Amino acid sequence: MSMTRPNGLKHTIGVLVENQPGVLSRVAGLFSGRGFNIESLTVAETNEPGLSRITLVTTGDQHILEQIIKQLNKLVNVIKVFDFRDTEFVEREMALIKVRAEQHTRAEVLRIVDIFRAKVVDVSPHFYTIEVTGDDGKIQAILELLGQIGIVEVARTGKAALARAKKH
Amino acid sequence: MKLTGAQIFFECLKKEGVEVIFGFPGGAVLDIYHEMPNHPIRHILVRHEQGAAHMADGYARATGKVGVCLVTSGPGATNTVTGIATAYMDSVPMVIFTGQVPTPLIGNDAFQEVDIVGITRPCTKHNYLVKDVNDLARIIREAFYLARTGRPGPVLVDLPKDVIQASTEFRYPKAVHLRGYRPTVEPHQGQIHRAWELLKTAKRPVLYAGGGVIISSAHKELLRLAEMLQAPVTTTLMGLGGFPAVIKKENGERVLHPLWLGMLGMHGTFRANMAVQNCDVLFAIGARFDDRVTGKISGFAPKAKIIHIDVDPTSISKNVLVDIPIVGDCKKALQRLNELVEKEPIENLEEIRFPWLDQIRQWRETYPLAYKQEGEGIKPQYVVEKIFELASEDAIITTEVGQNQMWTAQYFHFTRPRTLLTSGGLGTMGYGLPAAIGAQVAFPDRLVIDVAGDGSIQMNIQEMMTAVCNDLPVKIAILNNRFLGMVRQWQELFYNKNYCATCLDASPDFVKLADAYGAVGLRATKPEDVEPVLREAFSTRRPVMMDFWVNPEEGVYPMVPAGKEISEMLLV
Ligand SMILES: Cc1ncc(C[n+]2csc(CCOP(=O)(O)OP(=O)(O)O)c2C)c(N)n1
Ligand SMILES: [Mg+2]
Repeated sequence: MSMTRPNGLKHTIGVLVENQPGVLSRVAGLFSGRGFNIESLTVAETNEPGLSRITLVTTGDQHILEQIIKQLNKLVNVIKVFDFRDTEFVEREMALIKVRAEQHTRAEVLRIVDIFRAKVVDVSPHFYTIEVTGDDGKIQAILELLGQIGIVEVARTGKAALARAKKH
Repeated sequence: MKLTGAQIFFECLKKEGVEVIFGFPGGAVLDIYHEMPNHPIRHILVRHEQGAAHMADGYARATGKVGVCLVTSGPGATNTVTGIATAYMDSVPMVIFTGQVPTPLIGNDAFQEVDIVGITRPCTKHNYLVKDVNDLARIIREAFYLARTGRPGPVLVDLPKDVIQASTEFRYPKAVHLRGYRPTVEPHQGQIHRAWELLKTAKRPVLYAGGGVIISSAHKELLRLAEMLQAPVTTTLMGLGGFPAVIKKENGERVLHPLWLGMLGMHGTFRANMAVQNCDVLFAIGARFDDRVTGKISGFAPKAKIIHIDVDPTSISKNVLVDIPIVGDCKKALQRLNELVEKEPIENLEEIRFPWLDQIRQWRETYPLAYKQEGEGIKPQYVVEKIFELASEDAIITTEVGQNQMWTAQYFHFTRPRTLLTSGGLGTMGYGLPAAIGAQVAFPDRLVIDVAGDGSIQMNIQEMMTAVCNDLPVKIAILNNRFLGMVRQWQELFYNKNYCATCLDASPDFVKLADAYGAVGLRATKPEDVEPVLREAFSTRRPVMMDFWVNPEEGVYPMVPAGKEISEMLLV
């Protein structure tokens, strides 16, 4: 494995943790205390009682990433760290986008929603709230298109990721 | 039968074999103190909670057992934080019990409430808030297990008052189940083979040992390996005592071990730093490539392939890229390696190693550790040399921080593990006296000496009272230079001699102060006073404070300026 990959590349890491009080602040504190970046972080319970799964996206070179993974493993409440560097994985993110939808733009908004297989989840006289799920590229693309019409607010979940099942 | 939380607390400590607690009471832990007289455990009442933490630390470093302290909530808890961080940086096994306000009040800014679990998260190996008395025994069991296994460290357990008052059936768990904690102890045999292949061909090997050698009791294995490979050994500050710096000749004279390089790094010896910079294989054993060791990191050991054993994977390839990583216990790894070396001794070893050892001998002779005895005053190095000369071989030395610490590392020749207790990672002034008290509690009959600075000693001076009233005959040797000497040295060398805020010409009269505490105070102002003062102190079965008036301008050399390679030393 080469030690030289350019700085600033995004990496997705999965962390299976015991659902103990303070576990999130242990993970977050590790990143802030050691000067690692967090681009996004999601956390929720898994199918196994007492276990939660954190997915986080970070940036850094291979050396830093190696340290991050080791440091996460060192936390007593961390059961497993999924390093997706050498594995195929799927990742998805959901975004809620409130967009200005006046008489003359509604049709355009609905067309974009359709193209992206998104959904309108709330309607008011001047605004639509849209729900869209996808990878980074897709979310960026819809944000750009809707941005030309007029986005008021955005809430994104951050990514959730799982390794792909082996095909053989 | 049901027991209260307080009773369970003591039952658990009994199961863990705890003999002594260093503590200080307060409202939140009153139930525990109320229960205490019913149990055979010894309690040392300190005068400041920082002292309790350092005493537990000193006890732990001297014995290898888990040190325990008990303090109240709020200010009691926050006062231990420096002690906890000190232990964390140096991987010392400790369990700290803090009182907490009752669970219904947590989060209400109650009287003496502080989120100590939040505060100590980054400086403990792990910590707990006990919310239910039914979890208490399990958590205490886990705390001790975590503190002493793998890479040891401090674990804090926060005990709300209502949890301690509640009752439940006492059951001590037989085993610990921690799904996320499985330290690798047994090293990978393939890596051991690779290490041996590399060491076998080395022309200029150096063994670089750290505190891990002491923690895992790998000193015998280290000595054996060094002898079998005829490889010179350097250690970090934390590793001193892990290799016998001197050996006794038949006539009783003590001479430097021929393979001993001395400490390396910022105040390392000339030969240790030169050897590291010129070696072809550097074998790091339980050391972590701290910046005080490596100097300019990109220029550290530039010619060497590096092998690194450490029980903590995060220490490997953190600062310096390693060629052969070995995760595991130092002792186990060295045992495996020694088996390989024994099976296949290197042929013509003496011949192969001669040029390297000869080079090292030349470095040693050209620039030995030295100071000039000139003028009337006492040289601080002379005091340390005399302490070494007069102290028994099993004496335990603690230090404060600054020049006193570095001169001790340089001029006291440690030969046994767990005989130097010093705050290496955090560099905590005020560590030495309470640590000495903790060690003396563990070993009442051994000579325990705190080599102190006139600045540092005042940071936990109140613990003199703890020593006196518990009959703990610690000896304190103050190298009184009337300065925060190490800081003054930096100002002299790098801040244009602007001695801002480092002059301590106003200090108490330490002899009178000792007297006020009920200890013995002695003073030496001339070189010829040094030996008699030490002799008198060492033969007194009471705490003694010795005030050595040393040369205020003396510096610690060699010195590698910050940011320089370790071969770029300033010499005397
Ligand atoms: C708690 C703490 N505060 C500040 C420092 C910074 N510091 C390092 S050495 C030193 C001087 C110590 O003076 P003294 O105890 O007299 O020792 P000397 O260097 O003179 O031997 C200081 C202030 C420290 N290490 N610890
Ligand atoms: Mg001083």
